[in-house]
Amino acid sequence: MAAPVHERITARWSTAVQDAAVSHGTLALLISPEQLLEVARSLKTDFGFDLLLDVTAVDWPTRDLRFDVVYHFYTTHDFVRVRVKTRVPATAPVVDSLIPLYDSARYAERECHDMYGIKFRNNPDLRPILLYEGFVGHPLRKDYPKRREQPLVPYRK
Amino acid sequence: MSADTPLPNPIRPAFGPGEHEGTTVVNIGPSHPATHGTIQIVAELSGERIIRADVHCGYLHRGFEKECESHTWHNLIPYVDRLNYCSALINDFAYCDAVEKLMGIEITPRCRYLRTLLAEYSRIADHLTCTAAALMELGAMTAFLYLVTIRDYVYEHLADLTGARVTYSFGRIGGLARDLPDGWLQRLEQILKEYDVFVGRVHGLVDRNRIFIDRMRDVGVLRTAEAINWGFTGPVLRSTGVPRDLRKDTPYLAYAELDFEVPVGINGDNYDRYFVRMREMDESVHMIRQLAARLPPGPISVDDRRCVLPDKHLVYTEIESLINHFKLIVDGPDVPAGEIYLAHEGANGELGFYIVSVGGGVPYKVHVRAPSFVHVGGVHRMLEGYQLADLVPTFGSINMIGGECDR
Repeated sequence: MAAPVHERITARWSTAVQDAAVSHGTLALLISPEQLLEVARSLKTDFGFDLLLDVTAVDWPTRDLRFDVVYHFYTTHDFVRVRVKTRVPATAPVVDSLIPLYDSARYAERECHDMYGIKFRNNPDLRPILLYEGFVGHPLRKDYPKRREQPLVPYRK
Repeated sequence: MSADTPLPNPIRPAFGPGEHEGTTVVNIGPSHPATHGTIQIVAELSGERIIRADVHCGYLHRGFEKECESHTWHNLIPYVDRLNYCSALINDFAYCDAVEKLMGIEITPRCRYLRTLLAEYSRIADHLTCTAAALMELGAMTAFLYLVTIRDYVYEHLADLTGARVTYSFGRIGGLARDLPDGWLQRLEQILKEYDVFVGRVHGLVDRNRIFIDRMRDVGVLRTAEAINWGFTGPVLRSTGVPRDLRKDTPYLAYAELDFEVPVGINGDNYDRYFVRMREMDESVHMIRQLAARLPPGPISVDDRRCVLPDKHLVYTEIESLINHFKLIVDGPDVPAGEIYLAHEGANGELGFYIVSVGGGVPYKVHVRAPSFVHVGGVHRMLEGYQLADLVPTFGSINMIGGECDR
């Protein structure tokens, strides 16, 4: 079920997009981190994607570009979804923040920073949100052991 | 740890006292009698007025997404129940729907109708909880009792069906745990009649009540553009006047076949959020009546051995079914590699599941786009500029559920 807006986006960004496919009604774009802000701005201003739903990441430990940073956009005009993915290496997991475009990026990027250690350039507030101050590591990375414990308050005897 | 050792502070507030002349910084929560939900708000006050608010969540974080990566697809169902525990069935069905889409399974018509019916029933329970708690915090004890009476009827009725009052674990990949017991629909109609009576009384007590209006109207105002910019969805977005509802906009389950309206507010204030929720419950009742009247016969689960357990008597009598059962329990359903983002209209807004599979019986990643988390990220916009006392109804009106906010 490819919506017309999907085709227009793919045509507009044919040079930037490394991969585009419609899966389960969502257009999935793979772009380079340098183009993230530009593509997001175009999605918002040219195509009316006014709702940034979600920011998360996927960890692929064996890959050179270890992390997929994943964004989901939605338009409240055409009711269409777009997923934008960009890949960053473990040595420099940095992407541009989407705060200039969407305020909903603030909390979502904080969570993604908590869980995967992705740094969002120009996000002034990457304090822990679901974790606490002083938590060591990023629990949703695949190399973080599930059973590791670091209680803030010592357990009662 | 001795009593006089200070506990380490889990948060670093965005601002401290002494930055502005004449203001006070107060800390509210995380365990405060006037807020329901474990949330911490650091607020800068000028007199009684909130100048700035720094909202912290995460006290209920229990590693839901990490835990999901080491259990089979089926074993996650009890976990997703515990996201929004006021409307656990909506979580169940959204998650099952996402996995079914990845597997290319189309559920049976009866299952589709039953899931829609139960999702709307859960929405009523969720809105009743939210509205009742918000009213109680304003001192409307009778209205609280009326609404919770109905909610308890709903909970007990769902317990008749599922065996549990709150966390049902009733969805299954490819269907439901079981069909309706005898007499369930008759009792449903009785409860809906009771609902009309009790909710009618609450309307009579509250809607035009001077105290209620003074506390709620023009308090916690949110405009549409701002709400969308901060990611608000669901009743909070609709209270600002736009009829954005996934059930209407991108129909799933049986919503395309139902007649219902999407209630909207005018002003985006606390009063509108109260009224949108009350009206949404009426629409849910209307939908439930249509669904119950048109409930198709037939099986509730698909006939697909990749995910649905074989009949018990086959497991005991033939080796293929025994192996099938064993493999489904031990290895989990084999979900083909792929990824999907699937959203249902949860009671609080867009509840999205982003699922990545690399094949096999265990997910590679399960991420939840929880409406409460997004709403907590923007709630300071509804608190700043209002009185400290307004924090209680405003925060109540977004219906933050710790289970899905903190995951």
